[in-house]
Amino acid sequence: MKAAVIVFPGSNCDRDLADAFERASGRRPAMVWHKETEIPAGTDIVGIPGGFSFGDYLRCGAIAARSPIARAIVDFARRGGMVIGICNGFQVLTETGLLPGALMRNAGLKFICRTEPLIVETTDSPFTRNYARGEEIRIPIAHHDGNYQVSEAELAALRDADRIAFTYAHNPNGSVGSIAGVLSENRRVLGMMPHPERRVDPAQGGTDGLRLFTSIVDALAPA
Amino acid sequence: MKAKVHVMLKKGVLDPQGEAVRHALGALGFSGVEGVRVGKEIELELAESDPARAEEMVREMCEKLLANTVIETYRVEIEP
Repeated sequence: MKAAVIVFPGSNCDRDLADAFERASGRRPAMVWHKETEIPAGTDIVGIPGGFSFGDYLRCGAIAARSPIARAIVDFARRGGMVIGICNGFQVLTETGLLPGALMRNAGLKFICRTEPLIVETTDSPFTRNYARGEEIRIPIAHHDGNYQVSEAELAALRDADRIAFTYAHNPNGSVGSIAGVLSENRRVLGMMPHPERRVDPAQGGTDGLRLFTSIVDALAPA
Repeated sequence: MKAKVHVMLKKGVLDPQGEAVRHALGALGFSGVEGVRVGKEIELELAESDPARAEEMVREMCEKLLANTVIETYRVEIEP
């Protein structure tokens, strides 16, 4: 598996994400600076890390979503490429329009940093195939703007198409439908606020996040 | 030429910041504040001197970057 991790000014989970990809695949990802205009040839999956790209100026992820590499990410995804955006990366994906909805200030207005129980809502995706549907996993969240909002019609459409990947067991931030992660229509783009890359080693308090990365590796492996 | 862009959350989108401000106003003794919405104002200095062209350009800026039209509305004001 050849992964590419995007680095914006203000990204701070890029190395953790690269380590998680490497742990699952045995291969060191390419680190791609935001000024690049192309995704490296042969890339299987692009990871957009958490952090505070461009200082969260204007809106979280807004400036990053208009950077040169964002155009390349959109083209890559439209060609069927796999993309995962975590936390700020999820915000970037909604700002590019690759995923529906928007992430607003947490309903309680506070930055929340703690480990939350999540429910795996679908295993029909290259990111969740190694989990069980309905399984509860524990993954850390660390965000101020994780309150996912979509219109009622879009929410119904997401549910009908089984595009909700994860929900919170106890909604921490006001997200509609307790949504923690959503899939694109072709199921090859995932955005999620929780940080699976922070639960890949027992020393981090658990390994519930590792199966997301091994799912990707297995999905890419020839049958 | 100067332009001002006012960005507000769409009606019906819950504004947690506005709600917090409303509660704080109540705590300060201002009674009867039934709703507060917090938006932002963006000031632009433009080389363009034609108001119609300036407005068209600023509207395009709003659609592409300054507002997130999924949750926000915007209003453009051109100052002569």
